[in-house]
Amino acid sequence: MYRYDEFDHELVHERVAQFRDQVGRRLKGELTEDEFKPLRLMNGLYLQLHAYMLRVAIPYGTLSSRQLHKLAEIGRVYDKGYGHFTTRQNLQFNWPKLKDVPDLLADLATVEMHAIQTSGNCIRNVTSDQYAGVAQDEIEDPRIISEVIRQWSTFHPEFSYLPRKFKIAVCATPDDRAAIRVHDIGIQVVRNASGEVGYEIYVGGGLGRTPMIGKKLNDFVPKADILAYLESVMRVYNMHGRRDNMYKARIKILVHEIGAEEMRRQVDAEFAEVKKAGHLELPMAELERIQAYFAAPEYETLPEVSPEFEAAKKADKDFANWVRANTAPHRVPGYAIVNISLKPNGGTPGDCSSDQMDVVADAAEKYSLGEIRVTHEQNLTLANVKQSDLHALYQMLEANGLGTSNIGLITDQIACPGLDYCALANARSIPIAQQISERFQDLERQHHIGELKINTSGCINACGHHHVGHIGILGVDKKGVEYYQVTLGGAADQQTAVGDIVGPAFTEGEIVDAIETIVETYIDLRKDGERFIDTYRRVGVDPFKETLYATH
Amino acid sequence: MAQHSRKGAKFQAVTASLLVEGLVVYLTANGDWSESLQDAAVAEGKEEGDALLARADAAVASNLVVEPYLFEVEPVEGGINASSVREQIRKAGPTVRLDLGKQAELG
Repeated sequence: MYRYDEFDHELVHERVAQFRDQVGRRLKGELTEDEFKPLRLMNGLYLQLHAYMLRVAIPYGTLSSRQLHKLAEIGRVYDKGYGHFTTRQNLQFNWPKLKDVPDLLADLATVEMHAIQTSGNCIRNVTSDQYAGVAQDEIEDPRIISEVIRQWSTFHPEFSYLPRKFKIAVCATPDDRAAIRVHDIGIQVVRNASGEVGYEIYVGGGLGRTPMIGKKLNDFVPKADILAYLESVMRVYNMHGRRDNMYKARIKILVHEIGAEEMRRQVDAEFAEVKKAGHLELPMAELERIQAYFAAPEYETLPEVSPEFEAAKKADKDFANWVRANTAPHRVPGYAIVNISLKPNGGTPGDCSSDQMDVVADAAEKYSLGEIRVTHEQNLTLANVKQSDLHALYQMLEANGLGTSNIGLITDQIACPGLDYCALANARSIPIAQQISERFQDLERQHHIGELKINTSGCINACGHHHVGHIGILGVDKKGVEYYQVTLGGAADQQTAVGDIVGPAFTEGEIVDAIETIVETYIDLRKDGERFIDTYRRVGVDPFKETLYATH
Repeated sequence: MAQHSRKGAKFQAVTASLLVEGLVVYLTANGDWSESLQDAAVAEGKEEGDALLARADAAVASNLVVEPYLFEVEPVEGGINASSVREQIRKAGPTVRLDLGKQAELG
């Protein structure tokens, strides 16, 4: 994986020293809260419902064992022994004290980590596919361009005070696991007719109170031009994005208001200017330097099928269930991609104790080349596991509460922290996810239901991606009481769709029954081989409305 | 500042967060700050509410607390309770981690 160069090191250490000084001045009263707040936000530090919250950046979701061990230690020393993996592939600590944050950041810096660009109106941490480098149908490791974008965007003076935050996601396989069409810019790595690798660009996607699907602005941007093209998009946005109204300030509103064609015209005009200046051609030597960090490891030559693996599956039914749900094909024979579920029965989606972080870091060290990925669906991935090691790995995970076999199934839900932690939330998310998890805990039933994504957000800001859940749940506040609005038919993959509101909201007491009614309606309606989303696309919202509101 | 009280709320108290720790505190009748809602001064009506909120200014100026605001409370047997779910969760801790927050620390 990528290692910092001397510039990265200097930059992060300088930032820690700067923030230490700012915290010191705040504590002495030399800075007011109004003066200090934007400074702490630039360092990922929020004031939440019960305490401060620190959001740590995990660039494109990739971590080393050493880094994860450090996060575990930070959780113990400065927090309450756990962290929360988010839909932005980051990690949040829920209880740090302001006075401790400079030391915490200094500790993070020892493993090349920080909290820069995790807040504020800048280009945020770039997200990508957790199967990067190992997916069978990948065109090129998406982390190469993600790292280029990280370096280009970090502290970019022109883009430090954008109209609003800006999120970029990259994907390099036909199956989109990075939800690129609901990002401000989505980048799909593609190959053109002459075999060259370049980038298809989507602009203006996003969730929040006005969900929009990104519009394709360009079919093929050559590698050398990618930064010039991105800079052109940013310039058009920076110039015309609405600074007068924060609810209309995201690029999705601009693209929606002027239309994709006009946006393309303006970006192309800007691009021609940037090209003319000639400063932003991606230097191929630098690209190759970065690329070398993501070069494929030396894989062993292994048989396609491992006899001990096959035997273990026959002997251990729980292991076989885990393999069925939690592993994916690897591009190298004899290897597998392993997903570690952070959705135990009745648990908090994305939460991981410091002890569990250490277990995962040890497991990665032992079985997966010392590297871990965080997924935007709030799970972890070990991307390079030998099939012959899978059983031992499973046993290690299972013994530490990390062996839940539910990836892609109904209990593998996304949920934002909601009103249990978040100062912006209107309703709780986690308890709803927990109750659904408990209701559907029977694994046979989960497999009978098949692939189904339930996403829950505790407010309209949609950190829980409810708009793009096959079933989306949005918590709302009605006179101080929590209600839950349901959407159906959303998707964040290559067929991205925003869900349809099914009808009036449900109370906390009703919502789990309503979800069960939706699931049963689907099972009654589905044809052979149809997933929930397929059935929904075929029949639409009406049959679900009928069963839901006939029973309430 | 976000509104956390209801127009026409009869009883209100003032809450804020401690600057250094970020923890939730309540303004008491003698002008101190307590981690327990039960110690909070209760104002009746809009005028008393505004006056109570104004008493938080000194603690803001001395960098003891940040972001003070009024929220609705109601008298219950043996004390007061927060009216909204949000403030009930703030006074206790996450409902999904009963081992954390004031519910664990204050008993």
